[in-house]
Amino acid sequence: MIRFNQVSKRYPGGYEALKNVSFNIAEGEMVFLTGHSGAGKSTLLKLIAAIEHPNSGSVLVNNQNVSVLKEAALPYLRRNLGLVFQDHKLLFDRSVFDNVLLPLQICGFDPRESSKRVRAALDKVGLLKREKLNPIALSGGEQQRLCIARAIVNRPAILLADEPTGNLDADYSREIMEIFRSFHQVGATLLISTHDQSVLEDEGVRRITLKSGALV
Amino acid sequence: MTGKFGHQRFLIQSALRRIFASPLGGILNILVIGIALSLPAGVYTLLKNAQTLAEQLPGKPEISLYLTTKSNDQTIESIRTRLAQHPEIAGSLFISRDDALKKMQQDSSLGDVIEALDRNPLPDAFVVTPRVDSAAVLKKLRDELAQWDGIALAQLDSDWAYKLEALIALGRMLALILGTLLSLALIAVTFNTIRLQILTQREEIEVARLIGATNAFIRQPFLFFGAIQGLLGGIATLLILAAGIRLSNVPLADVALLYASDFRLQALGWGDSLSLLLFSLYLGWLGAWLSVSRHLSRIRPQ
Ligand SMILES: Nc1ncnc2c1ncn2[C@@H]1O[C@H](COP(=O)(O)OP(=O)(O)O)[C@@H](O)[C@H]1O
Ligand SMILES: [Mg+2]
Repeated sequence: MIRFNQVSKRYPGGYEALKNVSFNIAEGEMVFLTGHSGAGKSTLLKLIAAIEHPNSGSVLVNNQNVSVLKEAALPYLRRNLGLVFQDHKLLFDRSVFDNVLLPLQICGFDPRESSKRVRAALDKVGLLKREKLNPIALSGGEQQRLCIARAIVNRPAILLADEPTGNLDADYSREIMEIFRSFHQVGATLLISTHDQSVLEDEGVRRITLKSGALV
Repeated sequence: MTGKFGHQRFLIQSALRRIFASPLGGILNILVIGIALSLPAGVYTLLKNAQTLAEQLPGKPEISLYLTTKSNDQTIESIRTRLAQHPEIAGSLFISRDDALKKMQQDSSLGDVIEALDRNPLPDAFVVTPRVDSAAVLKKLRDELAQWDGIALAQLDSDWAYKLEALIALGRMLALILGTLLSLALIAVTFNTIRLQILTQREEIEVARLIGATNAFIRQPFLFFGAIQGLLGGIATLLILAAGIRLSNVPLADVALLYASDFRLQALGWGDSLSLLLFSLYLGWLGAWLSVSRHLSRIRPQ
């Protein structure tokens, strides 16, 4: 489902964030991406969503080389991905409900069908009662869950989460991992970057570890 | 289909919300557009009224036909019949050379001079009232009549027709120039508001891009914003014109009374008003489109 072939990424300025990285993630797999801060985890996820482009090697998503995709094809790649951002990227000019509605509006969903889906996604992350609030009124953990609701409302085949439990205490982390697990159970492919030890204690989940941009 | 309409209603609502996000700013923008458009639209309205006024004016264009000195009763009769049968002629009046001389003696200060003449220098004449009043057609008719047997000279008394047409042409040109300049102003106003909109909605645009929005999707709200702002500007124009006409009609009534006329300025008709609204809507859309094309590509997700 996600395949990296000898991928290197150098940022302008010369810093090499990824060095000759190769791996493969099968459909329906759930994988942790670990490594110290600055190891290149966010960079790797950005390459999958074609937010950044590799300097060499190829990134394949669904057998499609995303690093050579035309600008006009990018939206359709991203609609198959659910993205959970480290900094949430919520919109504070609209309600919790409308934040989750946005991906469906983008895909041109029927509004009534959309409402049902939005409520189902909010229910899944436990925010159904707060749909009318502005996200600014939510706690850090709730904002993170809102970001997850927005990522899954579209039922994407692949979910990419960048440090979703970053600044949260252990209870919140567990809740969020439960949501991911249930999403995994219905067949989605997940790649979750984290350096949260409480999360990583979870045995039986494959890990990809980066160290200074290289796989270990 | 409900999907499409639902989304359009959403776009219209959010455009209105954004236009009036700062109520004063929104109203001022609309007022600027309204004032800009009311200048050319005002000139156009006056033009329309001038045309109506011209049609009400007494005195139609006339063609004077002077007969050759050899003319006799027979030629006069035959010209009279031909004139009566001509489809472009409404009527004609025969003025014999004797009548003409008498009238001249009475009317003018030349009475003494004419008295001194030993014979009547004036020809017989017809005064023809055409059915048409465009300058070009009148000229053609004049040329045609001049060719007839027994006619020495055909003179088109078309001064006022020419003057009016020249004035109206001038007015049209003025409206066109004003219209073009101020349309550009409207586009510029929209271009700038949309630029600011794009800056304030930078985050939203980035997020939308990240979760799979096409450029068309991102453009849409701005195009709706521009089009609706333009439409509201057009409505402001109509209100400004209506107020201007009402105000002008008060003193105009006094002037008209002096001429025993009940002439009043009329507002634009439904068709013209609708065209104006569509035009301002289109200009707003165009300004937004130009602005979005220029500024949107600079926003890339990071
Ligand atoms: N846009 C950028 N320009 C230059 N350097 C960057 C940029 N983004 C990240 N880096 C650098 O690349 C390295 C890897 O960053 P990142 O992928 O964010 O690591 P992680 O997510 O594992 O903390 C870091 O040293 C960071 O400073
Ligand atoms: Mg990171």
